[in-house]
Amino acid sequence: MGADDRPLTGRFRADGAPLSLAEYERAGGYAGLRKALTTMTPEAVVAEVDRANLRGRGGAGFPAGRKWKSIPANAAATRYVIANADEMEPGAFKDRVLMEGDPHQLIEGMAIAAYAVQAQTGYIFLRYEYRQAARALATALAEAQRAGYLGDHVLGSSWSFALHLHVSAGRYICGESSALLNAMEGRRPVPRATLPRATTAGLWGAPTVVNNVETLCNVPHIITRGADWFSALGIGPPSRRGAVDGGTKLYTLSGRVNRPGWCERPMGTPLRVLIEEQGAGMRNGFALRAVQPGGASTGFLGPAHLDVPMDFDSPEQYRSRLGTGTVMVYDDRTCPIGVLHNLQHFFAQESCGWCTPCRDGLPWVEQLLLDLEAGRGRPEDLEILAQHVDALGPGQTFCALAPGAMAPLETGLTLFRDEFERHVREGRCSYLAGKA
Amino acid sequence: MLSDREREEITEELKRHAAPRGACVDALRIVQNHRGFVPDEALHALAELLGMSAAELDGVATFYNQIFRRPVGRHVLHLCDGVMCWMQGAPAVYAHLREHHGSAAGETTPDGRLTLLPAPCLGQCHCAPALLLDGEPHGDITPQRLDTLLAHCHGRG
Repeated sequence: MGADDRPLTGRFRADGAPLSLAEYERAGGYAGLRKALTTMTPEAVVAEVDRANLRGRGGAGFPAGRKWKSIPANAAATRYVIANADEMEPGAFKDRVLMEGDPHQLIEGMAIAAYAVQAQTGYIFLRYEYRQAARALATALAEAQRAGYLGDHVLGSSWSFALHLHVSAGRYICGESSALLNAMEGRRPVPRATLPRATTAGLWGAPTVVNNVETLCNVPHIITRGADWFSALGIGPPSRRGAVDGGTKLYTLSGRVNRPGWCERPMGTPLRVLIEEQGAGMRNGFALRAVQPGGASTGFLGPAHLDVPMDFDSPEQYRSRLGTGTVMVYDDRTCPIGVLHNLQHFFAQESCGWCTPCRDGLPWVEQLLLDLEAGRGRPEDLEILAQHVDALGPGQTFCALAPGAMAPLETGLTLFRDEFERHVREGRCSYLAGKA
Repeated sequence: MLSDREREEITEELKRHAAPRGACVDALRIVQNHRGFVPDEALHALAELLGMSAAELDGVATFYNQIFRRPVGRHVLHLCDGVMCWMQGAPAVYAHLREHHGSAAGETTPDGRLTLLPAPCLGQCHCAPALLLDGEPHGDITPQRLDTLLAHCHGRG
């Protein structure tokens, strides 16, 4: 595969340092913004991204073009574009790779998105812990400003765009796009009601587009090379809506494989290929027990599911999701109850506390799993856990945090049933990994 | 009470937001950068500057993992609590910190040198277990490697 097939990372420097503006321009950077501003109307930019069916890389898979189109035609002139760079899903680091390696690519994508929806102000909402990305972005923002890609009259046009870096202070819920808006307004970042949508009334009540970093990084390439080129990159089966998910995906891989890391591959690459080719297989002495294909909030897949294409819809046949494309590989020598306990500890801790099922339910789940893992579990605990899967599931809570937490629990209760029963029966955990 | 320097930096941040309160996380962090944490008197001064009540600003400050309302040690160690780090050795690193450095999760050592904070996944899963020492990431942590890192930073004070 050449750099042409890896639009997002093909330009990366070998030493991992961020591309400077000069390097980015030499590699064709900012050609997309120039093309959009000089040859396309904002509507034409939206239409091209819509035709490409660029689905949201933050996990939900909502088409970016449809989101942009949903700004009401008669909306006020003040509008915002925000890059969601609050990457905190356990296992995920793809956006960090993109921002550290090629910060200008994100800036160009945001500028094109802002031109498309006629926003004048943008923010990059960055998680606190990504200090290296913050440095790379700050340098790139200053370079882009000096070169006229940002600021007043971008590239001599009548449109101006101010883009700022906002460094958050560390809470998973801020990655939920409506909680992110509350965070930006200096409020306690709990989620907002689903309606009105942010594209109608978002930041300070103005129409606001919030897109994931990887989604935005795809935009310059779609504008430069066209929607057809983008669509043809995907290799998965047609989705429910009839089209193949286009583009590439930045997959990350961690856990008990020989070569953890990241790779950019065609959208729809089978999970097995990621584990065996990118990950170079399981580490010596370990067998694969389960995989979370898209981060902590995606259901477990077992060894029988590894041929699933890693696009947005295919993992759903096994009650899992592509999520962020964050593949976590679990082995047979790690206690799966301990894994579930760790995951639920994270969700319980990061619950914002706004709605009762999530605030009270997740700590109960965490406690039950701790007892089960320590051999203090009772047979009826499994029934209580199963009840939580329903009580904290989709539609029962204010936002998607608790339903996300229940996805690995639901699939784990099935996939690890014998392990649960063995812990109860023997009154102890026989695994060593994860213990001090 | 805010120093001139703090006030100056906060004024710069205010320009990036449509309303002063939008800069409150930046403002809290600016104070923390200068003082190590956000004391009550600074919180009250910030609230006045941003047009918020002190209670509301405290509600924001205490929501975040990285805003400290109490003093921390001269060095802050965030040890990743993520599932990939848990599976690949973080519990042994916690045990080592407890047994050999007198450092327990959520606490500052009696000599005021080190605060140990468990952190949600740091996004360094390819080199688990990982940590942040004074904000900078380090991966593939073993008890021995941790000793080296701590000796180096204690050497600087």
